[in-house]
Amino acid sequence: MQVNDEIIDKLSNLTKLTFNPQEKVAIKSDLEKILNFMEKLNELDTTGVEPLIYINEDVNVVRADEVHYPISKEAALMNAPLKNADYIKVPKFVKGTKY
Amino acid sequence: MSNYDKYEIVIGLEVHTQLNTKTKIFAADETDFGAEPNSHISPITLGLPGVLPKLNNDVLEKAIKLGIALNCTINKENHFARKNYFYADLPKGYQISQDALPICVGGFVEITVHDEVKKIALTRIHMEEDAGKNNHELDPDFSLIDLNRAGIPLLEIVSEPDIRSSDEAYAYVTELRKLVRYLDICDGNMEEGSMRCDANVSVRLKGETNYRNRVEVKNMNSIRNVKRAIDVEVKRQIDLYEAGEVVEQETRSFNQADGTSFSLRTKENAHDYRYFPEPDLPPVVILQEKLEAIKASMPALPNVLKQQFMSAYQLSAYDAQLITDDKEISNYYLQIIQHTTNYKAAANWLNNEIKSYLKDIDISFVDFAVKPNQIAQIIQLVDDNTVSSSGAKLIFKSMAEGNQHTAKEIATALQLVQTNNADELSNWIEQALQKYPDKVKEYQNGKKGNLNLFIGEVMKLSRGSSDPKKLTALLQEKLQEKS
Repeated sequence: MQVNDEIIDKLSNLTKLTFNPQEKVAIKSDLEKILNFMEKLNELDTTGVEPLIYINEDVNVVRADEVHYPISKEAALMNAPLKNADYIKVPKFVKGTKY
Repeated sequence: MSNYDKYEIVIGLEVHTQLNTKTKIFAADETDFGAEPNSHISPITLGLPGVLPKLNNDVLEKAIKLGIALNCTINKENHFARKNYFYADLPKGYQISQDALPICVGGFVEITVHDEVKKIALTRIHMEEDAGKNNHELDPDFSLIDLNRAGIPLLEIVSEPDIRSSDEAYAYVTELRKLVRYLDICDGNMEEGSMRCDANVSVRLKGETNYRNRVEVKNMNSIRNVKRAIDVEVKRQIDLYEAGEVVEQETRSFNQADGTSFSLRTKENAHDYRYFPEPDLPPVVILQEKLEAIKASMPALPNVLKQQFMSAYQLSAYDAQLITDDKEISNYYLQIIQHTTNYKAAANWLNNEIKSYLKDIDISFVDFAVKPNQIAQIIQLVDDNTVSSSGAKLIFKSMAEGNQHTAKEIATALQLVQTNNADELSNWIEQALQKYPDKVKEYQNGKKGNLNLFIGEVMKLSRGSSDPKKLTALLQEKLQEKS
């Protein structure tokens, strides 16, 4: 499959990542290799085979509506790269500018 | 015909209702509103690697209840799906939702607008998780994320584009809110965001069969604002078409402060959610027995109650509608009529005295001090002529202020028991007439309206305890005698 600039731009938009022209060339080539590798799978005839979504046949795995295992605010915020005492901090974005 | 009348309005609504479960949809952390930021969190809510979500059974049951109430088909097999997008309040980078096999399909909401009944068809209802909350004001340099709301269960109710006016939209959301409150699955509070509504709005010339570009309007925090936002959007679109311009397919945010809206995103950079099946959550299979059990556990719904009130208790459609508009009120009504068979009087008390009292002192029904059996006692006193209707109101007032005595005891204490003693009544009448000799003369000269003045005076003297019928008869008699 041919990966063109349009596809790269779309992925760039979806992933919120920006690439410079050199990076674009490299990514284009990498993506093509990956897609060609995956296309190998298309050689297999899967007519009449249901897609496998779940690795076992369990159904109705539900829990009762009871509070368990709460963790502290400190633990919740522990891995946030930026935080204050109460919140996770992220670069400023305001309604209307998302996307 | 004005330019606006040439157009037909086409609206579809997406209503999100937060379910009032104790814990989140896929994690066992609490859901209480107003907790300290980031205190209702678990590894699942944070989307840490290796965690496994597990469905809250209560969410499933509440979704089924709503589906049954809205005449939907309940899908026997349910799958969850990942809806992918990157946003700071979505820790996993995807929202767990339902795509191809949602819990409910079809169904309808029945609304009444300008005395016309209309069924608004539903596309689907699905289960999903809420995202966290963003705060852009507290910190000058950063946006702040609170994940307490992330994972709160939501039901998204999607209508067909069947709604033809902002009034119909208003009635639709009102009806849904009433229903979720009756079912006790959501508090229906739009101000706190536990019920949210997005409107897909387009217009077309009357007679056109194709839909034109639609605009999604978000961020309305009350039912009134849903109506306002639609009115604003309809006008904006018609004005554009009339000016020979096009309406872009986009998402806009309503600003309730000034009644305008602004563009959030256009079609070019619309979301591409790339749904795929959520392999961490096994399918949910709903057996017929489970459906039957849930159906049997459901409370009476407002439209059923309304019919019952009209047929069993002979209430007018108007009274029955008012009472069933609110679950608390209809429950209260059902309790009053356990103690009295004067169904009409019970309805009148609720729809008039009680409602206006609650409105005046601005409290809700749950904080109302008067017990249903006390109202029944008052009704009894009026029915057997022990107190007048104005005396009854005084008893009610005393009860509302916390008086725990029976209606009879209060009537006695306040000297409201109607006297049938003709001597006492004559005495008051005599006093009243002596006080206003001029008015008596006027009456005798034909100004019969003065009668009310004397009645009022006697009522004052007797502290409302006079039987108005007897009083009127006796007064007229006395005035005759004097002439």
